[in-house]
Amino acid sequence: MFTIFGVPSAALFGQLLIGLINGSFYALLSLGLAVIFGMLNIINFAHGAQYMLGALTAYLLLQVVGIGYWPALIVAPIIVGVFGMFIERFFLQWLYKLDHLYGLLLTFGLALIIEGICRHYFGTAGLPYGLPDSLQGGRNLGFMFLPNYRAWVIVASLTVCLSTWFLIERTRIGAYLRAATENPTLVRAFGINVPRMITLTYGFGAALAAFAGVMAAPIYNVSPNMGSELIIVVFAVVVIGGMGSILGAIVTGFALGVVEGLTKVFFPEASATVIFVIMAIVLLVRPAGLFGRRT
Amino acid sequence: MERVVDPLVRQPSVWRQQSETIGFIVMVVALFIAPFVTYPLFLMQAMCFALFACAFNLLIGYVGLLSFGHALYFGWASYLAAYAAKAWGLPPELAILVGTLTATVLGAIAGSLAIRRQGIYFAMITLALAQMMYFVALRAKFTGGEDGIQAVPRGHLFGLINLRNEWSMYFFVLAIFLAGFLLIYRVIHSPFGEVLKAIRENETRAISLGYKTERYKLLAFVLSATLAGLAGSTKAILLGIASLTDVNWPMSGEVVLMSLVGGLGTMFGPVVGAFVILMLEYKLAFLGEWVLVIQGVIFVACVLLFRRGIIGEIASRLHIKL
Repeated sequence: MFTIFGVPSAALFGQLLIGLINGSFYALLSLGLAVIFGMLNIINFAHGAQYMLGALTAYLLLQVVGIGYWPALIVAPIIVGVFGMFIERFFLQWLYKLDHLYGLLLTFGLALIIEGICRHYFGTAGLPYGLPDSLQGGRNLGFMFLPNYRAWVIVASLTVCLSTWFLIERTRIGAYLRAATENPTLVRAFGINVPRMITLTYGFGAALAAFAGVMAAPIYNVSPNMGSELIIVVFAVVVIGGMGSILGAIVTGFALGVVEGLTKVFFPEASATVIFVIMAIVLLVRPAGLFGRRT
Repeated sequence: MERVVDPLVRQPSVWRQQSETIGFIVMVVALFIAPFVTYPLFLMQAMCFALFACAFNLLIGYVGLLSFGHALYFGWASYLAAYAAKAWGLPPELAILVGTLTATVLGAIAGSLAIRRQGIYFAMITLALAQMMYFVALRAKFTGGEDGIQAVPRGHLFGLINLRNEWSMYFFVLAIFLAGFLLIYRVIHSPFGEVLKAIRENETRAISLGYKTERYKLLAFVLSATLAGLAGSTKAILLGIASLTDVNWPMSGEVVLMSLVGGLGTMFGPVVGAFVILMLEYKLAFLGEWVLVIQGVIFVACVLLFRRGIIGEIASRLHIKL
């Protein structure tokens, strides 16, 4: 056991790990927000609710149907993704010609509805969701104890984030998507079904949020409130990183998680506010955000 | 100068031209009669929220800025007013002044940060800053954390009028509400207000005409925060409590809802919206979490079907300004 800046190394690395975990949720959620915003020009306030729905679906799958963690990791995002597509078809598609603000207000309303219904049926106390058997325990790395599940969360979310980046920046579908973001009319003229692409994009964004939710379920308890506070932090992350760049969203998410973790070690009182403070500083120094373009 | 009247064009009647004045008279008369009909405490609370919503509407309705963190000014002003009245023993008028000035300062800081970005980012920044100050309020010693500041004395107005008398309190709140409302009316109908509307319609063009739009936006933001603070301080003195509810994000959402229901960009919309939403919350309180769902449904319905809001819809049907 040694100390760094007067802090025991185990505590430091422990908080760093928690920071990375939080960072992977920030990254997944801000990535989804950025993808949705790019295509729909809507800031999806319901993103937090969709994250919570992911966790809750995993919980219900286990309790009601008996489907465990691993299948839930696939099934829950699909369910929430399909639900997202319905939301896009029934509500969001009427707003594309209006001011962006209406999209924010509508999704805020949807978030209230989803959260209210879940609170009514599941209460506000957290529901426990056990660790999957295969990821119980952990290993001693010499300088710290690394729980297997937490290592898995970091690896899995990094993989998903980078796959998303690859999908959008390096494949043909991604090229269509980027083209449709720039000029939907022209892309439609080439015979590509843009409205369907928009629907799928929103579903994909919602599924990403749900995926993060399933992974969060064993770490935090499953609670109807888990999304709404997180989403505001993610908004700050998005302001810091700017929504112009996919890779930017991923890097900013992880980095801010780590900074938050370190703040918990050295200055615990500020750990809840540090991301917002960084946002304020970034706005002063680089108003367009770290990876953003001035519009 | 003599007005040239084109005989072929039907001139709007005096009633139509003066629709805002008539609306104001109706509102004042209604607020004088109302305490005889329904609970004064409800009315006073509704007037505080109405002023809050009017202040919020000044930004979204006339400058086109969606602040999603107005609970920050409302809530922090109510904390400071409550603290000033309880711990320092200040009379109510000074306590409210302390709260209001707090909101002014906070509005100047948050506003100068938020106006650096446009549109949707503006909303996210204001929300994030408000959440930051929520956490500060949660941790700070003087706010009393989860308990809030309770048992705040109403005191004597100017050392003379005992505000524990329900009628004195009612007319005090009414005076504050009307003063705030008239100030907003004056601002919107001033040359400054015209520039604000120009920014709302086309900011780039306003810049090209030589207006320093950032200064106008900041001033409007500070004004809006100040009036939200006035509403929050008055509410703290009225109810004798300042709590976390008033500074948390659902409160920011609620004021958006009130303005949206009443009609964004109308003078009377936020007032009507505040009364309607507050009444719904009172009547439906027994439904528990379903209130949240109902609020969400109203949000969705307003955005999809009813974007003009109640007053906006009436005004557009009758072709008048309200």
